[in-house]
Formats: sequence, structure tokens, C-alpha cells
Amino acid sequence: MDTMSPLERVLRGIAITLVILFFMFPIFWIFLMSFQTNETILRVPPSIVFEPTIANYQALLTGRLETAAGTLEIRFMRNLFNSLFLSTASVALALVLGIPAAYAFARLKFRGSEEIAFTLLSFRFAPPLLVLLPLVIYFQQIGLANTYIGLIWVYQLICLPLILWIVRGYFEDIPADIEHAYRIAGHRWFTTFRKVALPLAGPGIAAAGLLAFIFAWNNFIFALVLASADKQPVTVGALAFVTASGIQFGQIAAAIVLSIAPVFALALYAQRYLVEGLSLGAVKG
Amino acid sequence: MTETTLRLENVDKFYGPIGRGVHAVKDVSMRVDRGDIVALLGSSGCGKTSTLRMIAGFEAVSRGAIYIAGRQVHTLPPVKRNVAMAFEGYSLYPPLTVRENIAFALKSSRARAPEVAARVDEVAAMLEITNILDRYPNSISGGQQQRASLARALIRDADLHLLDEPMGQLEPQLRTLLRGRLKHFIKERGLTAILVTHDQTEANALADKIAVMEAGELQQYASPAEIKERPANLFTGTFVGEPPMNVFPATASHLGDRIHLDLEGGLDLVYPESAFAPTVRAAMLARRQVMIGVRPYAVRRGEGGATATVLANQWLGDQSHIAARFAGGTIVLVEHDRAALQEGERIAVRLAPDDLHIFDPETGCAMSHGREAA
Ligand SMILES: Nc1ncnc2c1ncn2[C@@H]1O[C@H](COP(=O)(O)OP(=O)(O)OP(=O)(O)O)[C@@H](O)[C@H]1O
Ligand SMILES: [Mg+2]
Repeated sequence: MDTMSPLERVLRGIAITLVILFFMFPIFWIFLMSFQTNETILRVPPSIVFEPTIANYQALLTGRLETAAGTLEIRFMRNLFNSLFLSTASVALALVLGIPAAYAFARLKFRGSEEIAFTLLSFRFAPPLLVLLPLVIYFQQIGLANTYIGLIWVYQLICLPLILWIVRGYFEDIPADIEHAYRIAGHRWFTTFRKVALPLAGPGIAAAGLLAFIFAWNNFIFALVLASADKQPVTVGALAFVTASGIQFGQIAAAIVLSIAPVFALALYAQRYLVEGLSLGAVKG
Repeated sequence: MTETTLRLENVDKFYGPIGRGVHAVKDVSMRVDRGDIVALLGSSGCGKTSTLRMIAGFEAVSRGAIYIAGRQVHTLPPVKRNVAMAFEGYSLYPPLTVRENIAFALKSSRARAPEVAARVDEVAAMLEITNILDRYPNSISGGQQQRASLARALIRDADLHLLDEPMGQLEPQLRTLLRGRLKHFIKERGLTAILVTHDQTEANALADKIAVMEAGELQQYASPAEIKERPANLFTGTFVGEPPMNVFPATASHLGDRIHLDLEGGLDLVYPESAFAPTVRAAMLARRQVMIGVRPYAVRRGEGGATATVLANQWLGDQSHIAARFAGGTIVLVEHDRAALQEGERIAVRLAPDDLHIFDPETGCAMSHGREAA
């Protein structure tokens, strides 16, 4: 850092600004859109100057959408709650199942362990549509279609492999002898797992959980096919804004702002863990 | 009467399937008496750490049995074996300070806080790490981590202490200082310890017994003096001792009342029959091909010896190491005075019968040491 010349510093500043502009502009634009009416959004040429309105947010919060064709019921708040609930529950379940599994794959080398771990990962490769049709039929037969439990179960396809593989890497990075030293001092295997392995892999687990949460939150196709209106998350719920009387851009923008807000806040809050967690080496001595 | 603390019975270790995996430890049997310090000596990869890990319970025993303090332990989890271990890789717990790392080893012994503190201070002072007790493992040097890890093992009252290269990272001065203190500490408390080391001086200074391992096999298990004087085979003979023992192939024959040992390059060493025990003499003559070994400090220069040509002469400050071309190979001599020898100079070397070790070239087993049969 200190070895940079002033010129390098300036160039670096410009480069960073460009990157930030490039990535943040759409979000910034959507943020502006969310305070505009459809008319101001669609005018040509577009302009940053407009009279802000909070009507979009009002419509979302009250659940009543006034359109040219009349008043429409929307369930955006319900969708938001579904997203929150489905993602949280899926990640929680994936953590409960995935962390012990990751630990086992990291520490115990048994016959076929690599194959099993890889099979679990390969769920991520399969195109979701391929899995979906048979799944819908099964779920209808066993009564899991359109239930939270069924959705959370399917969401494991997204969350579990992610958590398993990331967390496994963390456990493998902890020298086994740190745990051995603890065990030989008179502690049981499970205590050692809880007191040594879990805390040391903490940043990794946080990072994996956060990533899984974001992936679950962004999921569209599973929820679209497997859930009806009252179980749908925001990603699917946003379709309601494509109404008979046109697309409600302002409300879509407001919905996007509201729906990325929780993830955004979470990511900002956990930023430190994310960077620490995803850049490995957190426990190297 | 001595009590046996540790007993290994025909212990084998395979990494991978038995019979097909890496055979890291081969049929090792040994006993360690209570209160003894045993040094485990051997080249890198010979199975020292694997042996310790099996004793501690971190690796399964593939075959054989392990007993600690009379209990069969090789099927028990590490918690139940009551052993302490200092790991090769230190393995301190990063979120805790050095002090806490050392103290947590005592947590499960239900010692009271003031007693724990006193004991931590005591080992820390012994190992010269008092000044880093409140630092975190990631912020101290390798040698300091190593001593912290050693302290964590020594503080415990276990039946057996396993110390895997506990002082490998330290400079010679500190190592010498700590060696003395460590021995005092262990002996004073009557602890039993197995210590892996690459340093023979350390093994000689600390250990009551030395176990020499090579390629997973226990080569010899005896006191330091015994290993020096009566190496069980060629490996121990050449592995233990600095500089290593000189060995040469020889052909034995009987002419009149003399035993001739013909070395390569036409050298002929002649000894009276009485230089060898009768059984050894018979065995040598029956086998004809033998290996003879002589320690560098036992090679004398003087009239009537075989000729050798000086290759190098180094004065180390307290002894001369002279290397000379001899019998198609190189012979090394150690002398305690500064030798005035030039490269290329011819010297006469004498290998006295009392200093000769004879080995069977096929099995490597020792046949005789001096005038006694092995
Ligand atoms: N987990 C393992 N899996 C497979 N092979 C192993 C494993 N651990 C050790 N080995 C092999 O077993 C042999 C003995 O290893 P070990 O660690 O016991 O050697 P060592 O005597 O302690 O060596 P060093 O002095 O270098 O520490 C080596 O050949 C090593 O490659
Ligand atoms: Mg080792």
C-alpha cells in the first residue's frame, strides 16, 4: 500500500470508481424508479429529475394496487414473509444437517466418502427443470406440494451442497492435532467438536450460511412450480405486477428494493465474516 | 521391582487396508518402565509419529495390542488412556492465549484455579516462556509455540508423556539448557516419557533407553551406552554415533594361526585367533563374507597399520575429523589433538581387535563386538 506512487493511487481510485459505478448503477436506478410513477419512469428521454412519490411503497404495504383497470389485491407483504421464512428455515436445516456431515467428510476418510460428497455436490449441476417435473408428481402424491415443508425440503438442493462443501474446506483447514490436543486433555469427541472445531470454522460457517441464504432467497423456479400464491416468495410474487393494464414498473422497483434490503443488510452486517471466511487461512497458525 | 507403564505387543500400522496400505509400523514390541525416559530415534518417515499416535489413540492399531499401566488401551478413545502429548506441529488453539492453552490441559483434572496458575507459572519458567504467556499463538515464533506446546503436555499428571520432537526448533544453547531442566523436571516428578528426537546428543543426554527405528521396524531398544558399544545391527551401528561408524566389506580366511580379513584394494588385516570368540571365528570363516565396522574415535594412527590417503582434515575446535581413502572407500578418524595432516598425505591406520564390530552382510545382524560374540 505505502509503496504506491501518487499516479498509481489516482489510477487506482479511478478504476475503483468505474467498477462501483458499473455494478451499482442498476441498483441505484431501481432505487430511483421506486419513487416514481409509471409515467415518469417511461418518459423519453429519461431524467433523474422527478417529483418523488411514496405511492409505490404504500401500495405494497397496504396490499392494494390501484391501476387503470381498478383496484388489485397484491400480497407482497405475504410474499416477503414467505421469502424470509423459507430462506431462514432452509438455511437453518441445511446448517443442522450440513455441518456435522461436512465435519465427517473432513475428518473421517471412509470408503466411498469422496463419491458421496461429490454426489451431493452434483445436485447443484442438475438443471432444476429436469428435477422439477418428477418432483411435482411425487409431491402431489405424498401431499407435500404447496406446503412449506415441501419447499424447504426442495430448497435443500440449493443450500445443503453449498454449505457442505464450503464448511468441509474449513474443517479440513483446521489441523486435526488442535482437536487431538483438546481430546487428549480429557475431553470427549463431541465436546471437542463443539468447543474447538465449530468456533474455528465459525467464519466459514457464517459465510456459507449467508451464501446459502442469498441463493435460497433468489430462487425462482422451484417456488414458481411447487407453491401457490400464499406460499410464494417475492421472486415469484413480483409476477403479480405484470397486470392486465400494463407492467407496474414503479411497484416492481419498490418491491425489488424491499426484497433486496434484508439480504443487503445481512451482507453488510456480516461483511467482515464474509471476507475473512471466503479468503480462507483464518485459522492458520 | 520396576513397574511397566507401557507395553506394545506386535503392533502394526497400515495406512489404508491391512496388507495393502502403507506399512508404517512393523511388528513393534517394547516395554517402557515407569519413571524412564525413552528416546525414539530414527530417520524421517520411519514411523515414530505413527507409533506415538497409536499410543495416544489418534490412529487405530492395525494389529497387536497396547497396554498402559496394566490396562489394555488400544481400543479405548484418547480421553480414557491418560496420556499427555506434545505434537510435532505444536497445535495450539488460536483463540486462546499461551497461558490459557497451557492451563486448559488441566481443566479436566479439576485442579483449583490458584493451583493451576502456580503450575502454569512453574512450567513456563522452566521453559523460558513466562514473557509470552499472555500472547496469542499466532503472534509468537515457532520455537516459542513449540515450548508452549511442550508446556501444555508437561503440566499434566498423566501415566505417560509423549513428546514428539519437543525441542527441534530451538538453538543449541537453549536446547542444552532446557534439556537439563527437562530431565530434572521429569525425574523429579517420576514421570514416564517417550521423546522423539533427531538429535543424538539429546537422546544420549536425556534417555534411559533409546529405541532405534528404521522403515517401521524397531532395530534396537537399549541403553545409550549399550547402543554405542553393542549395536545390534548395521543400521543401528551406522545410524547412532557422530560421525557415523566406518564399515567395510571384508573376506575372512584362516591362515596358520591367524585370521585374515581381506578388504577391497588389496588391504589385508591380520589378527591373532584370540581376537575373536571361537563361535564368532567359526561363523566368520563359514560365511567368508562379513562387514567390519569401527567407530571413528577408535581408529588409531601408528606404525604397522594399513595405508590410507588423507582426503580432508578438519579441526572443529575441540577435535579433528580426518577423512582418508581406505580400502576402496573412505575411513573417518576422530582425534582430540589438532592433527597436522595435508591432503594427499599417507597415513597408517590401525583397527584394533577390541574396537572391531563384525556384521553379517546378509541379515545386517551383529556377530561380534570386540572380542565378545554379539
Ligand atoms: N495419514 C497417513 N496416511 C498415509 N501414510 C502416512 C500417514 N501418516 C504417515 N504416513 C506414512 O507413514 C510413514 C511413517 O510416518 P511417520 O509420520 O510416523 O514418520 P516419522 O518417523 O514421524 O517421521 P518424521 O521424523 O519426519 O516426523 C511415512 O512413510 C509416512 O509417509
Ligand atoms: Mg514425526
